[in-house]
Amino acid sequence: MQINALAEKLGWKLLTECDGSDRTAEGCYCGDLLSWVMGRAKADDVWLTVMGNINAIAVAALADVSAIVLVESAVLDSEALARANQQEIAVYSTDVPAYETALKVAQTLE
Amino acid sequence: MSMLKLHYIVPGDDFTRAGEASGDVKHKLKKLGYNPTAIRRVAIAMYEGEINMVIHAGGGEAFVEVDPEKVEIVLVDKGPGIADVSKAMQEGWSTAPDNVRSLGFGAGMGLPNMKKYSDEMTIDSVVGEGTTLKMIIYAQSTKL
Repeated sequence: MQINALAEKLGWKLLTECDGSDRTAEGCYCGDLLSWVMGRAKADDVWLTVMGNINAIAVAALADVSAIVLVESAVLDSEALARANQQEIAVYSTDVPAYETALKVAQTLE
Repeated sequence: MSMLKLHYIVPGDDFTRAGEASGDVKHKLKKLGYNPTAIRRVAIAMYEGEINMVIHAGGGEAFVEVDPEKVEIVLVDKGPGIADVSKAMQEGWSTAPDNVRSLGFGAGMGLPNMKKYSDEMTIDSVVGEGTTLKMIIYAQSTKL
């Protein structure tokens, strides 16, 4: 499923210029420790996290996740926003916690 | 036959710039039409190496050589060295300071990830002098 379609269905708010319409969600990974994410997430996973810093954007780009979703309204800092726009990474926000968000992603992708 | 030879300076203590070298390598490999799985493995392994040099060694240098069969990454620093390489290779073992952990690093997964994503890895480290780490990733590897 296309990222922007998934986001619309689940009510996520877009924070970046890129909406992920050129990427698809093939799975989902939850985690905040960056090396753990790089070691375990798969390419084209949607990544659910509370890490909204510039390093999270680098990890998303290098690990080829299809989008970042900042759960529980975690903040995307201005440096990270600029880098995400530059690298065309889609970042969304939701006030829903990671567990419920992952459940919804799983149900939608079934 | 070498397709590309690249050299980067990785600045120390600057987490905002870590990832520039690995990002550039990723971009250049994409342009060459390299195997996408190999590109992802190169990008992650090299980023972990960059972060390690930023956290532990005050920066360092990265040398990357690309040929059709493989990518070779050599990371050289003049940091404190790794006292116990086998411990450093264990998942969860970390000597990273707390300020680094608050950024999301320091989980003790850096070297294990580099080992996981590379086909060959050698660490040559001398305490008090520095560390040279070499990784090879084959374009057609079926490791992952």
